[in-house]
Amino acid sequence: MSGLRSRWFLSKEELIKLPGAPSMKRLGENRRVAVIECAERIPCNPCEAACPHGAIKIGEDITNLPILIEGKCTGCGLCIAACPGLAIYLVNGAFSDSEALISIPYEFLPLPRVGDQVEALDREGKKVCMGKIVEVIESKKFDRTPLVSFTVPKNYALDVTCIRVLG
Amino acid sequence: MAEVDLAIVGAGPAGLGAAIEAARAGARVTVIDENAKPGGQLFKQIHKFFGSEEHRAGTRGIDIGYQLLEECRELDVEVLLNSIAWGMFDDNRALALKTNNETAKLGVKKTILATGAKENPLAFPGWTLPGVLGAGAAQTLVNLHRVLPGKRVLMIGTGNVGLIVSYQLVQAGAEVVAVVDILPEIGGWGVHASKIRRLGVPILTSYTVKEAIGDEEVEGAVIGKVGPDYQIIPGTESELKVDTICIAVGLAPLAELAWSIGCQFAHIPELGGWVPIHNEKMETTVSGVYVAGDVSGIEEASTALEEGRIAGIAAAESLDYLGKGEAEEMIKTRQKSLDSLRQGPFGEKRKMAKEKLRLLSNKQCRTQ
Repeated sequence: MSGLRSRWFLSKEELIKLPGAPSMKRLGENRRVAVIECAERIPCNPCEAACPHGAIKIGEDITNLPILIEGKCTGCGLCIAACPGLAIYLVNGAFSDSEALISIPYEFLPLPRVGDQVEALDREGKKVCMGKIVEVIESKKFDRTPLVSFTVPKNYALDVTCIRVLG
Repeated sequence: MAEVDLAIVGAGPAGLGAAIEAARAGARVTVIDENAKPGGQLFKQIHKFFGSEEHRAGTRGIDIGYQLLEECRELDVEVLLNSIAWGMFDDNRALALKTNNETAKLGVKKTILATGAKENPLAFPGWTLPGVLGAGAAQTLVNLHRVLPGKRVLMIGTGNVGLIVSYQLVQAGAEVVAVVDILPEIGGWGVHASKIRRLGVPILTSYTVKEAIGDEEVEGAVIGKVGPDYQIIPGTESELKVDTICIAVGLAPLAELAWSIGCQFAHIPELGGWVPIHNEKMETTVSGVYVAGDVSGIEEASTALEEGRIAGIAAAESLDYLGKGEAEEMIKTRQKSLDSLRQGPFGEKRKMAKEKLRLLSNKQCRTQ
């Protein structure tokens, strides 16, 4: 049984095998790329239409898993707000020599502010490390799903998918 | 007695979808709803919907609600609010209404029942204490009335409702202490479960509630692990400090009107229990009476909207506002869209159950 059906979240090993996951090579470049954590055949395809670059392919059968065409992905993040499962986020695995940049949909108040230190959490809500907020976008295009970007140590690039804003 | 071509009972996604199609074809349509506002459950659905672009996937339920109401307004659909449709008389040519404490009859040529569903209860010691409520009720409180039912919540049930409402309770500022399910697997989609897992909300499968603790209101809950017989294994009990217990153990069709006029029913567990038998045009075994949405089998808002559209097209055809071929073509398009929502491992069962209903319908004699 996959992690998704036994622990209700994916392991990193399961994630990187998904057709929506970028390659390690792409993750090593200093630019953002979408990570699509979509592992179940549910009837859904707005991410495909949301991508202005044609970087997400689902096709006629809308239960197909989304395929990331990483060469076309610019890391713009438009797919993030379109995903009803909040299952897409962005990673820049080489933001600096030591840091990765992670951009997640964050639908909670209070929103963090740029410069804030936050707790960076893994897929089961456990603290992995601290993160530093570098960007908070509340754009009409994102339809009330703010996009929050923060840095974490590079080796946690694929472990962190959530944050806890400290009081 | 006022008379309309088509009365639709229920102003949720199914009812509004039906009203839009029938009114667009030219029918005079009145939608009746017992609530003060139309939209059914759409206005508490603050999350984005699944489906494809034609189902407005990626759009929040609340915004789909506004779009549908706007379309109804443009098409001059009459919406009677605070009105309860409590019976049908005169060979189903009159709908009995209670509006503002007055009783009235509305003459109807055709009727679509889009009455929705009710939440299933779950009985356990302490379940009548204040603080035990349906997950849908909690969602209404939080998202419509902006009232947090409690600070620390135990959610019972891991269908999409239990998972989504858990997420929304956290958004509203509550702590969801645990989500339990008596089954060994969650019922809903992995993405919804992952959404709350990464917030640190525990999901405990093969667990159920033993009792609610408290004298005047919920002060805690005892949960325990169940064995293969679904009974709590002695010694596995633990007490959680919670002030709210939400029950999300499924929905059942709200079909009293259909029962009262003698529609034939079938018991289909995959669709929530007793469901009025209906054909591919959503017509029940009582001629001229249609069903759509959760009353015709528990699914979701996007499927309800599509079914409503089919019922609206079929009613308009039977009223001669649409030609037979034209209506068939339109229904085919909508059916294709419905089928796409029922694809995949989660939708397959519902699709087969709906086909079963269709077969049963073909065997029934339609009564006038």
